[in-house]
Amino acid sequence: MGTTASQLGKDLLSEYQELTFLTKQEILLAHKRFTELLTKDEKDLPNTRVPAERILTLPELKSNPFRKRICHVFSTSEQKDGSLTFEDFLDLLSAFSDSATLEIKSHYAFRIFDFDDDGTLDCGDLEKLVNCLTGETDETRLTTEEMRQLINNILEESDIDKDGTVNLSEFQHVISRSPDFVSSFKIVL
Amino acid sequence: EDELEEESEESEVRPESLSPEELEMLKEAVYERKKLVQGLRGKPWPMKEKLVTLRESQEFVEKYEGALGKGKGRKIYAYKVMMSKKWMKFQRDFENFKTACIPWEMKIKEIESHFGSSVASYFIFLRWMYGINMILFCLTFGLVMVPEALMGRPYGTIPRKTVPRAEAASAMDFAVLWDFGGYAQYSVLFYGYYNNQRAIGWLKFRMPLSYFLVGVGTVAYSYMVVIRTMARNANESGVGDDNSFNFSWKMFTSWDYLIGNPETADNKFASITTSFKEAILEEQESCKDDNIHLTRFLRVLANFLVLCCLAGSGYLIYFVVRRSQKFALEGLETHTWWERNEVNMVMSLLGMFCPMLFDVISALENYHPRVALQWQLGRIFALFLGNLYTFIIALMDEINLKREEEKIIKFNITMWEASLYNATGSENSTALPVTFHPADVPRGPCWETMVGQEFVRLIISDTMTTYITLLIGDFLRAVLVRFLNYCWCWDLEAGFPSYSEFDVSGNVLGLIFNQGMIWMGAFYAPCLPALNVLRLHVSMYLQCWAVMCCNVPQERVFKASGSNNFYMAMLLVILFLSTLPAIYTIVTIPPSFDCGPFSGKKRMFDVIQETLESDFPAWFSKVFSYASNPGLVLPFILLMVLAIYYLQSTSKSYKEANVDLKKKLQTQNEENKRKNKLAALKAQTDLEEARAATQTAEQKNNNASLQHQHGETSSFRVKIKQRISFSPPAPRTLHPDTHRSLGYLPGGGFPQQREPRMHRVPSLQRH
Repeated sequence: MGTTASQLGKDLLSEYQELTFLTKQEILLAHKRFTELLTKDEKDLPNTRVPAERILTLPELKSNPFRKRICHVFSTSEQKDGSLTFEDFLDLLSAFSDSATLEIKSHYAFRIFDFDDDGTLDCGDLEKLVNCLTGETDETRLTTEEMRQLINNILEESDIDKDGTVNLSEFQHVISRSPDFVSSFKIVL
Repeated sequence: EDELEEESEESEVRPESLSPEELEMLKEAVYERKKLVQGLRGKPWPMKEKLVTLRESQEFVEKYEGALGKGKGRKIYAYKVMMSKKWMKFQRDFENFKTACIPWEMKIKEIESHFGSSVASYFIFLRWMYGINMILFCLTFGLVMVPEALMGRPYGTIPRKTVPRAEAASAMDFAVLWDFGGYAQYSVLFYGYYNNQRAIGWLKFRMPLSYFLVGVGTVAYSYMVVIRTMARNANESGVGDDNSFNFSWKMFTSWDYLIGNPETADNKFASITTSFKEAILEEQESCKDDNIHLTRFLRVLANFLVLCCLAGSGYLIYFVVRRSQKFALEGLETHTWWERNEVNMVMSLLGMFCPMLFDVISALENYHPRVALQWQLGRIFALFLGNLYTFIIALMDEINLKREEEKIIKFNITMWEASLYNATGSENSTALPVTFHPADVPRGPCWETMVGQEFVRLIISDTMTTYITLLIGDFLRAVLVRFLNYCWCWDLEAGFPSYSEFDVSGNVLGLIFNQGMIWMGAFYAPCLPALNVLRLHVSMYLQCWAVMCCNVPQERVFKASGSNNFYMAMLLVILFLSTLPAIYTIVTIPPSFDCGPFSGKKRMFDVIQETLESDFPAWFSKVFSYASNPGLVLPFILLMVLAIYYLQSTSKSYKEANVDLKKKLQTQNEENKRKNKLAALKAQTDLEEARAATQTAEQKNNNASLQHQHGETSSFRVKIKQRISFSPPAPRTLHPDTHRSLGYLPGGGFPQQREPRMHRVPSLQRH
């Protein structure tokens, strides 16, 4: 019961509408853009998995510092290589869509920021996060001292139970008070 | 649920064979499944899982819903089910249709990907304003302009609808029309054209009542929309400006995922780094005491200079308006174009140059850029407000002048009529009805139309200034920088003047003030909303083009405030302040005697009284008069004030309760850690004892069955494990969906944080 790359069945389309926050036009557009990423042979196979390198050529993801993490989080492949099927791609777009709820956005944001996939944001995760945000070049990076201070400040603010890490509910608490999160955590094709 | 599924596997469910309780349970189960399906899209599961759950649930629902339907009242039940399915499908299609109808979506998306969400927020705001103005336009056009044009008396039949004989020669000139005189003045566009007949046409359309109610309705609708949007924003984004999560928000929410352009991304990286470094510095800086007196003195000086500026600009406007009155008395044709349009040009030029002056003065103050931006916005706000109110005061003077004139003209008219009667009476002894052409009747100076005209002229000149500034300041500058760069000594693109950035806050302020002027003048010139709709439409296309063509992304992304509510609050203040003058004029000044829908009444709101008396039954007006009694209104106001006080104190107590709960969480966690430590220590000592015991036991009985001892030690280990597996700490159990949230994938595959393993005993930092 997969999707052949050429056409999206009507039943499947209405099921996708039921299960995601996307409208019909958005799902069809996503299908079009996804099939553009496939090679000729792959187009005939159902449920093809597109490797992460090709997904990362999409202009919406190309400039994003978290692009590799995003692919990794939404990927359902057993090899954990970040490859996405069309359904994974729809999950991605649904979580990043305009009408997605705060809960689902914050849930996925947490998973994206959790670089070592251990279920909490500890100092290592936060450090990698800051390095992603400050860009690749050495001029823009923070010094070790500044990094230490920054991480201390963050843990002071968000770590309510003082265990040295930020878990999912603490993260959701911080995010729910932010006025910018919902509007900036958006990707639209 | 599981029981019922088992039942179905065993035998075909016969609904008739089920007892009523089982029927109820079945209904419950079906309802639960339906709810599950509705909530599926909000669950963070991969699509495969969701599909499987969806299909299972749908099968279950179909099977049992059909079966339920065979019981009592099945036809109605089946019908209800079908209707609800159709209704859901209709709702979904309607949502799709609504999203497709939103105009300019692709344009805005393009801007978002190039410039980020703060520049795009201006365009979203513009589009929202366009929507509001469209509604206002429909109201004024449909209920005021069209009825008068179609059902009122046509042009030329009565004096107020005809161009006076003196102006008739120049009534069609372009210069006069551009100035909104001539034929434009004597049309449905302005207040003066409307007749005061109580009911017009075969519909008996109450024209004066409709005019009044539309005026009130536009203000009421605007209030409702602005406050509703503010409430929605406040709900979505927590409570306004909260500074307690500064660093965390910078970390988790500062990246704009809409950015698709590498250049913009680089800019964003740079600005994020700068903001981190600055925030860290701020945190480290205790009070920097060097030269605090000098700084204070400079700031006071700067504020003094700004006040001088504001006072100067206010006086200039007043002076110019009085001068234009003098010109009007002498007749407009004798003056140059500049002198005729002096007022509008001065106001627009002040609006353009004073903010730059404020920018220069603020260099004295040495504030943090975000604070400086807020001061700048506040000053520009004060400038615009001051200018607008000075303009209105000058206008009030003019209104009073016109009213004096009116008295003289009334006197003249009686003389003129008397002369007419005398002239005909001398020819014929019987009193014949005097025929005269409406254009010849001496006309009162219609102050309401004059006010409407002033506002229309102001808005047109404001629009022209904005567009010309855009073309010169942005486009011409970009062209010069691009093409002169080849033959100039220094790099024009990197140094001065370089390409301009899009000034979000300046543009938003301009838009807000424009809307304020529309609200002020809409009662006297029903054509204003239509004009504004046209202006916003053109603005959208022009500014979208200009931004993509001539602007570069901002280097430092400073928002004036974190939330949209800042601009909404300003809009609300402007709405309030701009309706005040209109309300004042309606309530205190008597309308002109010979023009407009309220001519002949003592006050404009008398039309309400008139309608209540003549169109409604007698008891209704009694009730109304009781309700508007001050004795009733004052206690009501007092009650509302008390309610506000009560709500404020409850919210304070909630905040305190919040802080208490946080403290409790912390102490609970510390308690748990302590207990863990103790238990682990105990376990460790027990383990060592066990080890010692096994060693001695081994030494004693070398040949004893190892299984038996292994059993002992393993039972020892089991006991120890039991001691260590304590309940998880308090915060986790607060989460409602525990068994799903602790592991990301429902089947496991993620380390679950339930039982700490024994090898983790030494490091008890996390469990």
